[in-house]
Amino acid sequence: MSDSVDPMNTPEPIEPLPKPVTSIPSLGKVEAPRSAPKSTVLQKIRQSHPSSSRIPDEIFRWIILLSAVSVFAIVVLVVWKLVDKSRLSLHQFGIHFFYGHDWDPVNDSYGAMPFIYGTLVSSFLALLLAVPLSVGVAVYITEMCPQGLRAIISFLVELLAAIPSVIYGLWGIFVLAPLLRDYVQPFLAKTLGWTGFFSGPMYGLGMLAAGIILAIMIVPVIASITREVMSAVPQNQREAVLALGATRWEMIRMGVLRNARIGIVGGVILGLGRALGETMAVTMVIGNRPEVAKSLFAPGYTMASVIANEFSEATGDMYLSALVEIGLALFIVTLIVNALARLLVWSITGGTARPSV
Amino acid sequence: MGVGIEVRGLNAWYGKNQSLNSIDMTVPANHVTAVIGPSGCGKSTFVRCLNRMHETIPEARAEGSVKVGEMDVYGDGSDPVEVRRRIGMVFQKPNPFPTMSIFDNVAAGLKLNGFRNRKQLHELVERSLKLAALWDEVKDTLHKKSGASLSGGQQQRLCIARALAVEPEVLLMDEPASALDPISTSKIEELIFQLKQHYTVVIVTHNMQQAARVAELTGFFLMGSLIEYDKTEKIFTTPADKRTEDYVTGRFG
Repeated sequence: MSDSVDPMNTPEPIEPLPKPVTSIPSLGKVEAPRSAPKSTVLQKIRQSHPSSSRIPDEIFRWIILLSAVSVFAIVVLVVWKLVDKSRLSLHQFGIHFFYGHDWDPVNDSYGAMPFIYGTLVSSFLALLLAVPLSVGVAVYITEMCPQGLRAIISFLVELLAAIPSVIYGLWGIFVLAPLLRDYVQPFLAKTLGWTGFFSGPMYGLGMLAAGIILAIMIVPVIASITREVMSAVPQNQREAVLALGATRWEMIRMGVLRNARIGIVGGVILGLGRALGETMAVTMVIGNRPEVAKSLFAPGYTMASVIANEFSEATGDMYLSALVEIGLALFIVTLIVNALARLLVWSITGGTARPSV
Repeated sequence: MGVGIEVRGLNAWYGKNQSLNSIDMTVPANHVTAVIGPSGCGKSTFVRCLNRMHETIPEARAEGSVKVGEMDVYGDGSDPVEVRRRIGMVFQKPNPFPTMSIFDNVAAGLKLNGFRNRKQLHELVERSLKLAALWDEVKDTLHKKSGASLSGGQQQRLCIARALAVEPEVLLMDEPASALDPISTSKIEELIFQLKQHYTVVIVTHNMQQAARVAELTGFFLMGSLIEYDKTEKIFTTPADKRTEDYVTGRFG
């Protein structure tokens, strides 16, 4: 094209050149005089989109591509660094590291099992408590709440997400733990002690406290996503169920929750991700003892907590290397859990993911 | 079999706006009755009052007497859930349940009402789909395809089958063909014509030709009032009211 500008000198979008329409080459000589005097809008549009404006388009494309690639690069770098720094313990313990129960810095013998167990159990306990609560909150906000109260409850739920985790930890130590020790744990031991999940000495602090704290921390994540997907369900789905002679609960179950279920599982996955990686609050209430105990009253330890607690005092090379390998294990566990969750979504939808109508 | 509907002094409001002014109307059993009128005249509100769907909208309320057969729709102790089970409804936009198979869509109302027997469910679903003239098109993919995978016209017939499955006494249709192409529309109209053997049908329509084709009786609504209600031929040929004449001859609306 004769009037195109050198791309190297013009990274910015090009201002339209004030020229008569007849000279725009792509229009051709026949059509130009016909449309030019009549439509100034058309003239303006054609002037502002000369084909040289594809250059900013190209630049935009490359910037976007770069952002996408950088995500890959970050993941690869993290994994590479984790493997590199944990080479010593990987070499020493091999696969045994992941199911070994020892954590003995004095004799340089390390196994990650108690931490993997602690992370998984505390996170799933949190999900068990948080999912029904979050869905309940979301159903109340979208389907039953008076208009005025709706904004207040939504705001309070989102406020929970803004509280720093160290505050949750303090609250756990000073409020939750005594409450559990004096009232909840004796009650659970008496009623459900026979299951073996609620027995042993009652310290207050321990796996149960960690699960409850985590549950409170992930409720806002799951509740706000669930609320969003539920309010995206079209009104005509609710009417369809009501018109069949459904009660309010049946309408919510069939017309709303069923249509929103994929989005809800998405919210649960996000909440689980947060629970798996949460460090501060859990470290403060879980008791920090590396052992695998069946009872939820017993203290435990999570992968994130052991890294946070022991990294600064890890003196030996092997010790440091083992801690980095814990980080690698956390990465792998998170990856597996996410993959399983996705598989779950895929299986309940039968491969045809349809978020909402 | 269908039952008649008797409406006396029906008023309806959206918040402070009154959208229906003391409607009196008697709909005979096993007939097709059309409700016509310009946009916003209250014809949709009227049919939504008949099965108490109107009150599901926040701040909407209705007053008056509606008797469907022996059932007093707005009487003391009347249960809206029971009312809606006995008065089926088909909406303007096809709204099948997208996460359910075709079979489950039709069976949804039955399952809500406690049907669990698989054989019986299957018979009722087949019967409803046949009534809705959809059986031949979907019988091979009943469990495989989702309700949302059908075409618009098929979706609407699926919604009709879903409404018919619970064996209502009255079928309300709120502009059931306005989102459909001409061929689907004529299928639905043919279906409405068949349905009056078993049901009382009340159909809201924008399309006056449609009212003339399917309905024996036609009511003309204007600004929340029932202006004229008579045999369809009379409404379209020699209406008693000047406003009806203006509307059906296309002078406004």
